[in-house]
Amino acid sequence: MLESAEVDELIERAKDGDHPSFEELVRRTYADTYTLAFRLVGDEEDARDVVQEAYLRAHKGIKRFRGDAQFSTWLHRITANCANTYLGRRGRHEHDPLPDEPAIVDSHPQIDPEERAGIGDLRDQLTEALLALPPKLRAVVVLRDIYDLSHDSIAEQLGITESAAKVRLHRARKRLRERLYPLGEEEQARAV
Amino acid sequence: MRCENMSLHLAELADGFDGPTPDLACDIGSCLRCQAELAQYRKLLRALATLRGDYVVPDDQLLNDILESLRPPATVHRLHRLNHRNRRAAYIGGIAAAATAGAAGAIVIAARLANGRHSLAS
Repeated sequence: MLESAEVDELIERAKDGDHPSFEELVRRTYADTYTLAFRLVGDEEDARDVVQEAYLRAHKGIKRFRGDAQFSTWLHRITANCANTYLGRRGRHEHDPLPDEPAIVDSHPQIDPEERAGIGDLRDQLTEALLALPPKLRAVVVLRDIYDLSHDSIAEQLGITESAAKVRLHRARKRLRERLYPLGEEEQARAV
Repeated sequence: MRCENMSLHLAELADGFDGPTPDLACDIGSCLRCQAELAQYRKLLRALATLRGDYVVPDDQLLNDILESLRPPATVHRLHRLNHRNRRAAYIGGIAAAATAGAAGAIVIAARLANGRHSLAS
């Protein structure tokens, strides 16, 4: 894990303006930051832009890092904020906006999902299912259920209310569950 | 409550921070489908948490690009100045080399012409 006395020292030196210390922090965190950015924007090239912007903001704001949260959590918040801004800009420039409620299609309906989970490819399916979510829903579920950010922090970074963040989270979880564990037709008919 | 209407409540209950209201608890307790769904949500959350340790490995160029964009302006300026100085030295060197080559060529031609006159005179 990133947090250690050595990292604390690097952070303190970076706050005092020591550029090599900040560079070392970048070296230690950029793969994690890139992974989060990729999960949020769903595209490698866009994720690169988001990561660069995130480190520029972190560099400018490192003096304001008080250490209330872990450095990695602080960086995740900045990355989430950059990704949200980026997606907003991308949305404005796209002529064909993403539909808000795209249909969920199981790409392998012939295979029992429980069995697939049993043979250990649940994580691959999950990654695929996450990328298939609309960006607004994906962001909350990634930040909450993978990166463990609090509801209020997620709401703040995405520029929405806490209750809106919760509603999106529950919708996202519901979609993921429906995709990973679809009900059989017979079961659906029996449901009351 | 109908099972379809329970789904979002189950998604909320899955992380276990808030317990179900007595009504919800009663519905879940009496419905196998809702219990199965709740179990699926919990399994989903466990699987999502395991993704935290997975990394999408970026290429090496990304690190260079980040570090380049963070380089302090003074360093960038110094680098530009250094490049500018090197470029100027290269230009001057090139001009000097061209001038030397031209002069050498003129000498060679002059020498040949002089030799030609000598041979005509003899």
